[in-house]
Amino acid sequence: MNAVLKIILQRLALGVLTLFIVSIVIFLAVNMLPGDFAEAILGQGATPEAVAAIRRDLGLDQPLVVRYWDWLSGVLQGDLGNSFAQANFSAFVGSESGGNAGVAQQIAPRFANTMFLAGVTACIAVPLAVGLGVLAALYRNSAFDKAANVFTLSSISSPEFFLAYVLILFLAVLNPMLPSLSNIYPDMGIAERLQKTLLPALTLTLVVTAHMMRMTRAAIINLLASPYIEMARLKGVKPLRIITHHALPNALAPIINVIALNLAYLITGVVVVEVVFVYPGIGQLFVDSVKIRDIPVVQACCLIFAAAYILLNLLADILSILSNPRLRHKR
Amino acid sequence: MTDSDKGQPLVEIRDLRIEGRSDEDWNPIIKGVDLTLHKGEVLGLIGESGAGKSTLGLAAMGFARDGVRISGGSVMFDGIDLLAASAETKRKLVGKRIAYVAQSAAASFNPAHKLIDQHAEAPINHGTATKAEAEQDGMELYRRLRLPNPDEIGFRYPHQVSGGQLQRAMTAMAMSCRPDLIIFDEPTTALDVTTQIEVLAAIRDVVEQFGTAAIYITHDLAVVAQMADRIKVLLRGEEVEENETREMLSNPKEEYTRSLWAVRSFERPEKPPVPTDATPVVSVQNVTAAYGKVQVLHDVSFDIHAGRTVAVVGESGSGKSTTARVITGLLPPKAGQVELDGQILPPDYRKRSKEQLRQVQMIYQMADTALNPRKTIGEIIGRPVQFYMGLTGRKKRDRVADLLDQIELPAETYLDRLPSELSGGQKQRIGIARALAAEPKFIICDEVTSALDQLVAEGILRLLARLQDELNLAYMFITHDLATVKAIADEVVVMKDGEVMEQGSKAQMFTPPHHPYTDLLLSSVPEMDPDWLTNLLAERGRDNIGDAASDKID
Repeated sequence: MNAVLKIILQRLALGVLTLFIVSIVIFLAVNMLPGDFAEAILGQGATPEAVAAIRRDLGLDQPLVVRYWDWLSGVLQGDLGNSFAQANFSAFVGSESGGNAGVAQQIAPRFANTMFLAGVTACIAVPLAVGLGVLAALYRNSAFDKAANVFTLSSISSPEFFLAYVLILFLAVLNPMLPSLSNIYPDMGIAERLQKTLLPALTLTLVVTAHMMRMTRAAIINLLASPYIEMARLKGVKPLRIITHHALPNALAPIINVIALNLAYLITGVVVVEVVFVYPGIGQLFVDSVKIRDIPVVQACCLIFAAAYILLNLLADILSILSNPRLRHKR
Repeated sequence: MTDSDKGQPLVEIRDLRIEGRSDEDWNPIIKGVDLTLHKGEVLGLIGESGAGKSTLGLAAMGFARDGVRISGGSVMFDGIDLLAASAETKRKLVGKRIAYVAQSAAASFNPAHKLIDQHAEAPINHGTATKAEAEQDGMELYRRLRLPNPDEIGFRYPHQVSGGQLQRAMTAMAMSCRPDLIIFDEPTTALDVTTQIEVLAAIRDVVEQFGTAAIYITHDLAVVAQMADRIKVLLRGEEVEENETREMLSNPKEEYTRSLWAVRSFERPEKPPVPTDATPVVSVQNVTAAYGKVQVLHDVSFDIHAGRTVAVVGESGSGKSTTARVITGLLPPKAGQVELDGQILPPDYRKRSKEQLRQVQMIYQMADTALNPRKTIGEIIGRPVQFYMGLTGRKKRDRVADLLDQIELPAETYLDRLPSELSGGQKQRIGIARALAAEPKFIICDEVTSALDQLVAEGILRLLARLQDELNLAYMFITHDLATVKAIADEVVVMKDGEVMEQGSKAQMFTPPHHPYTDLLLSSVPEMDPDWLTNLLAERGRDNIGDAASDKID
């Protein structure tokens, strides 16, 4: 067990290092965006004096390294900074900035919504994909296998918004079972929240299932020529049990990795679906913030996305290690 | 006894035909074989690789691997027609009434589950026992098969158990439903001799105790002589002959069978002793080496003289191949040195001169993987000719043709072929030609015959012996097979756990008194005498064979 712990700690350290490098890349990339917040918010009537005043107010006139340091030290203390857009500018209003300006306060509810949507989708998509993959491997090259492949492949090759509108057409317009708008509020009950989230979750399920299902199928079929599978057959083990009990446990590592990648996508890449269903997730907030050059929010979002990828991959690595008895139990 | 005395046969195979697919064609693998097996009887199936032994063994279970189909004939098991039976009927039969023991237990146990869970799977699924009963019975079988810690060993994962123990655990697993028939498919081929003997004894015990019928598949005559009541010889999918074991051994009728028996007769004449003042071609001096922190060689020393073969003998993990890696410079030693012609060689091959590299060549066990599959034979042999000897164009082609001539393959036929178009023995010859191309003084042969059938292996040994006499080569011959040692060695180095146990001339090594470990190795090699195992067990006792005996020696 010690060896596993050591590997996990190593990966964790590597993850932190990656996050640090990513933070530099994010900071540089965001600051290289053309235009800046002051010009964006003042619009056509921007005078050089007003722009300079706002820039000074926000610290945009400081050198890059100083700004990076301020930002990083803030983040390390859990302070993601203040949103430019929400700030009250002393230059205009004459009062101290304050109120609801924290990036954290702004992102938190949106992020919770995104996690909720990703969670609901994962709960549907992962069992569905693995189950379909197992069945496709069991009945490989049969009509079922081909149908499952055609269906998942055509859903992954269609644009997300198209899938969304098709689902809206069938599940909200022709058969009004689900609401087509997913405008959820913080004080909503869990049942209503679920109902409102179901359509976007189904859309995303269609998007992510194919990848996971095909990997499950391929990883299992890859093992079917192994001597221990032949042994299981020659012991008279039932075909389904051979797949679930003898092949699947040895095929977990690649499947877990693909699941992790798809979950990361659910957290970071669902802007289009959020827009179609008017779902108040972090994706929309991110796009809006980029539009108005609200740098602290953009940076925080990027950092969250990066952390999600790194954490999920780390988790996948750890689970892969734990799924291998050679690593779990030393000789 | 005649057939009518024994009642209805357990297995009756008539005119069985099996085909295998290669590309678009179906080629015959088994061409009309009959087989009859009665309750409690052990039939030995023997033949070279490609004879169709395993295919026939699996067909006796009504099973054909992917890409193989049963195209004709009948397989009856206790009155059930296995070829006509539904998949579900067969599934209920295999594991319960017919069981299978595979060649490599390490690959045939699922790495993800504990041994006892895999053991209990068949009884639970066939409904013959509850989990607790099956586990209890498993421990009992482990005890009978003389596995260490029988109550505990089942709760380990396969990678936590040694190869010989796994093979016995697999035999126990086959026994879990007390089947009427067990197919043993080369169960000891992958094991060391000292481990093999233990497994053989264990298998024979349980088969006798439970009166189980068995088909025992192997290419090793001496092994089958210990195990089988009757022997059937197969050649390219056809039966050569079948007879009672003793009759078969003492009085083989067919030419092919006699040729199998004759293989072990090759032995080189003894050479005069090396003059004491001669400089050895290669001298390994007090070498200690380690992989990381794990020390694998302890103070190993021996000399190899021109025109002589030193056989390095030992079981897997004894450090034979590691010694070869030290000599070639792939693994620089922690202490000690290697001399070539009295000159100290740099420990790392990257620091050696081209001339030094040229003098030490290597031939590998798996000719398959040691030859680049995309290069023609001419290119494979031409490369070292050009690299070491600087020959190009016409001269290079002539030299390659000479080399092919030396290994007894006609140049015009083979020059442009790819390795995949050659047989195993021919590939190994190409490996030899490639080593010769550098015109070395010294060649390391790493288990060069162990992947080959006996007749083919014999051809390779004769070729190596001839080349040695013609070119005055020095060989280091790594092997675990003592028959090979007898055939080709001048001197022998016996290794165990990275240490040299004994070294000396072949005559010394094969005449008593032996070092205890040499004695154990020698006595563990099966002999053609069908009573050999019985006598040995009576003589030495159960605790003085195999791992148990090996552990006592230090």
